[in-house]
Amino acid sequence: MSWETVIGLEVHVQLATKTKIFSAASTAFGATPNSQACAIDLAMPGTLPVLNKQAVNYAIMFGLAIDADICQESVFERKNYFYPDLPKGYQTTQLEKPIVGRGSVTIQLADGSEKAIGIHHAHLEEDAGKSTHEGNLPHGMSGVDLNRAGTPLIEIVSEPDMRSAEEAIAFAKKLHSIVTSINICDGEMSQGSMRFDVNVSVRPTGSSVLGTRTETKNLNSFKFMEEAIEREVERQIDLIEDGGIVAQETRLYNGDTKVAKSMRSKEEANDYRYFPCPDLLPVLISDATIEELRQALPELPDARQKRFVSQYGLSNYDSNHIASDSNMSAFFEVVAKGSSNAKLAANWVMGELSGALNNADLNFSGSPVSPQQLAGMVARIEDNSISGKMAKLVFEAMWKGEGTADEIIQAKGLKQVSDSGALEKIVAEVLDANLAMVEDFINSDESKRKKKLGGFMGQIMKASKGQANPQQVNQILLQKLNELL
Amino acid sequence: MHNYTIAELIKGLQNNEFSSVELTQHFLDRISQLNDDYNAIITVTGEQALNAATLADQRLSLGDAPAMCGVPILHKDIFCTDGVRTSCGSKMLDNFIPPYNATVVENFARDGAVMLGKTNMDEFAMGSSNETSFYGPVKNPWATDSVPGGSSGGSAAAIAARLAPGATATDTGGSIRQPAALCGISGLKPTYGRVSRWGMIAFASSLDQAGPMARTAEDCAILLNCMASFDEKDSTSVDKNVPDYTASLGNSVKGLKIGIPKEYFSEGLHPGTEVAVRKALADLEAQGAELVEISLPNSELSVPAYYVIAPAEASANLSRFDGVKYGYRCENPKDLQDMYCRSRTEGFGEEVQRRILIGTYCLSAGYYDAYYGKAQQVRQLIQQDFSDAFKSVDLIMGPTCPSPAFKFGAKGDDPVAMYLEDIYTIATNLAGLPGMSVPCGIVEDKPVGLQIIGNYFDEARILNVAHQFQQITNWHQQTPEAIS
Amino acid sequence: MTIERKEIEKLATLSRLAIDEKTIADVTGRLSSVLALVDQLQNANTDSLQEISRPFHTSQRLRDDEVSETDQRDAFQAIAPETHNGLFTVPKMIE
Repeated sequence: MSWETVIGLEVHVQLATKTKIFSAASTAFGATPNSQACAIDLAMPGTLPVLNKQAVNYAIMFGLAIDADICQESVFERKNYFYPDLPKGYQTTQLEKPIVGRGSVTIQLADGSEKAIGIHHAHLEEDAGKSTHEGNLPHGMSGVDLNRAGTPLIEIVSEPDMRSAEEAIAFAKKLHSIVTSINICDGEMSQGSMRFDVNVSVRPTGSSVLGTRTETKNLNSFKFMEEAIEREVERQIDLIEDGGIVAQETRLYNGDTKVAKSMRSKEEANDYRYFPCPDLLPVLISDATIEELRQALPELPDARQKRFVSQYGLSNYDSNHIASDSNMSAFFEVVAKGSSNAKLAANWVMGELSGALNNADLNFSGSPVSPQQLAGMVARIEDNSISGKMAKLVFEAMWKGEGTADEIIQAKGLKQVSDSGALEKIVAEVLDANLAMVEDFINSDESKRKKKLGGFMGQIMKASKGQANPQQVNQILLQKLNELL
Repeated sequence: MHNYTIAELIKGLQNNEFSSVELTQHFLDRISQLNDDYNAIITVTGEQALNAATLADQRLSLGDAPAMCGVPILHKDIFCTDGVRTSCGSKMLDNFIPPYNATVVENFARDGAVMLGKTNMDEFAMGSSNETSFYGPVKNPWATDSVPGGSSGGSAAAIAARLAPGATATDTGGSIRQPAALCGISGLKPTYGRVSRWGMIAFASSLDQAGPMARTAEDCAILLNCMASFDEKDSTSVDKNVPDYTASLGNSVKGLKIGIPKEYFSEGLHPGTEVAVRKALADLEAQGAELVEISLPNSELSVPAYYVIAPAEASANLSRFDGVKYGYRCENPKDLQDMYCRSRTEGFGEEVQRRILIGTYCLSAGYYDAYYGKAQQVRQLIQQDFSDAFKSVDLIMGPTCPSPAFKFGAKGDDPVAMYLEDIYTIATNLAGLPGMSVPCGIVEDKPVGLQIIGNYFDEARILNVAHQFQQITNWHQQTPEAIS
Repeated sequence: MTIERKEIEKLATLSRLAIDEKTIADVTGRLSSVLALVDQLQNANTDSLQEISRPFHTSQRLRDDEVSETDQRDAFQAIAPETHNGLFTVPKMIE
């Protein structure tokens, strides 16, 4: 039997506000434990919440970005459960009247096709604190750090519209791209700024009935998410094919050990007893506020991608790749405008630069090579001053801080030889010195000759100390060899 | 000095007839002499009070001090006080010393009022008799075998016993008005949102409202002037100008339309109480007020609606008491769940646990719509009753509670009998309206109260009429035998 | 409406309260009488009425996103039941 996978996502996005959703304590990452947990965050008796305006604005901006309805009267509710990292014994969240209603996100797949994934709603809520079970703690104890408690989140709930891990990852990456493009989240996955809960079920291909789903919680990397989905799909299919049934349960996936396990024990008798929070009033959002935020909304990744195609003539692949990352996009545009070869600029930004940044664990804003520097180098490739191979040397030197492309080309004497007289002389000398190779070339089949050209090219480049213009050399070489045939 | 009203004390202080230190010492002496008889005060802050009084005297000597400067008062132990144990009448918070002040406490401190201590109360304000306090019951100064009412029974009894001239209190279903009635003093529950809830330990957040208690309406007006404020820290605080509540006390009641709800004089009302309340109404009529019979047809639904909404909100509000961050933690928990269950079961008293269970039930899956959802709809019916009534009358009056103070243990076995004690007061909390109780008679040697309900933010009119009533009667000047 | 013993046990678990055998019958009786009172609500005609959870209609005020809280950990942890190196400590949570 063949099986179809059905996936829905719940995505927690930490909003990039300075303060908590209900208190004026800082949300800065990495502070000393409990130094950013104020009386409200600690649920000290008698304390009360006051809503952060920026958190509301960010949620509205997300709604606008996915073309969703904005609920102009949204309500906070209490979700009741006990856990040491939940100081009030309830989470303040939204259920019946979430701030963002139905919307849709379009994903691009590897085969070039597009697919719309429905957003059921997105709501505002507060994050919980963090528990630690290891380290220097008294025996048998866990530690609780409430710095994160009260950090504003939007929880984005998708429809079960995804049919493969690939689609789920594409959706997750698209959301990452949207929230970072409109600057409502720093997108730092390793710091938990975006966390994914994945609902997975399987059903016989062609069936319209949903199978029983499991929820794998708190995945914080695209790689772990992909692994977790693939393993869970496999587990469910194996289970069903062996005559078992899938239990509706919450699961945890450990990306380091690659082991998933059920959290069923914890789920027993859960009844969250939601009710409207009496300490908070309905949040009313005016048309004027929505319009103001709409006007100020930064360019979205899809619009940027289309612009990159029309304005710079980039391919679909390249434009998608760059446009999905707002920092890369900004970097690219400076390089493209400063070098007048957008395609080449795109290649260098996506290739050499991205690779180097990745290896050094840096992002575009921290790049040692400025976009102006890279533009200067691309311009020298464009005007044939340097070859692509030489450009790599120039790039390395720029990375090390040795100056602009022109300064490095000058200092290292890397200027490309494009003078045809000089090149013809070098080619002739190399052919004269390698008569056996020439003989071999002449006696070879037509089909093998092309391969043998490489040997001559190597010799010629060596003779020119790598400075010969390879296109021109190729042309001259072919011409000279053809004359001998 | 302890027989002076706050208004008289302010005059004395500002005219240098006595100092705040003398006054404070006088009340501290009375407290140390008499508190054991009534158990009205949980924590006495003598040293702190004398320090504050010294500062107040300095301020008074410079002139232009606020009215409350140097006046000693008590705070209900539900208001957080920086550096002073705030127990909420519970073992759960017996060791809780907050590092912050409630806005109400801050407002009085700002004006130089002197805190004498913290008053006893029903545990987490859940009760109408002050029998649920971890610190033992408060005794009614009028009859020490009887309850003082609750939950602000400590504040009411302390004022009746002249241990302080005024006190703060809170009212979720009648917790200011009912003990005021039973102890023969005056108490006002303002409009929901008039007084900040910041730092006031929550029982039922949509019903809780702080207000003043004193012997006279005039004193309540003076206290409310200081207590009421718009507070950005409380999202439900209303951003509305606070008038001078003493300014309109002298207005005549002539032409005032008083609605008398027939539902408030039905079965269950003690005949003596009814006579006293009717006499009070006749006194006002004699001053030119017009009495109009009205109906609040959904009154009987207020108690059941209240006993869904209040426990539901409380069940969530009290979840923070889990033994993790502050308050009581059980000895040697064997695991996390054991720590939660034993800390909460050992830390909370029986009535608090009962209300948590009821609230949990009303919110649980399958019951929400029938209980919580329905109760919130009924709340709208009750509100509608009042808004219909206020189309034709200025104020609504009736008894504060069904009978004079009952004896300890009289309603111990049946929570419902206790809950009916608040039958006339609960509806105003559900609607968010202001209400007041003033003494209007003595029945079986115990005081009874007249309840005055006003429209939203009409505290000034309530206080005005209460004050006028106190100009023509002397019920508010009656003193328990043991005190005089 | 009466309440079953099993339901009380579930409510106690949800509320993290430990009701012992001795008091469970007593609690069941008392809760049932309160629920009987509360059941009067079912007689109310509330068709076409909305649920209101607040006395009057106002909207939530919004606070500017500016940090004004300072680190008061020492003051807060001084009144905590148990802390260690700045963390609140609790019996080990089972992951």
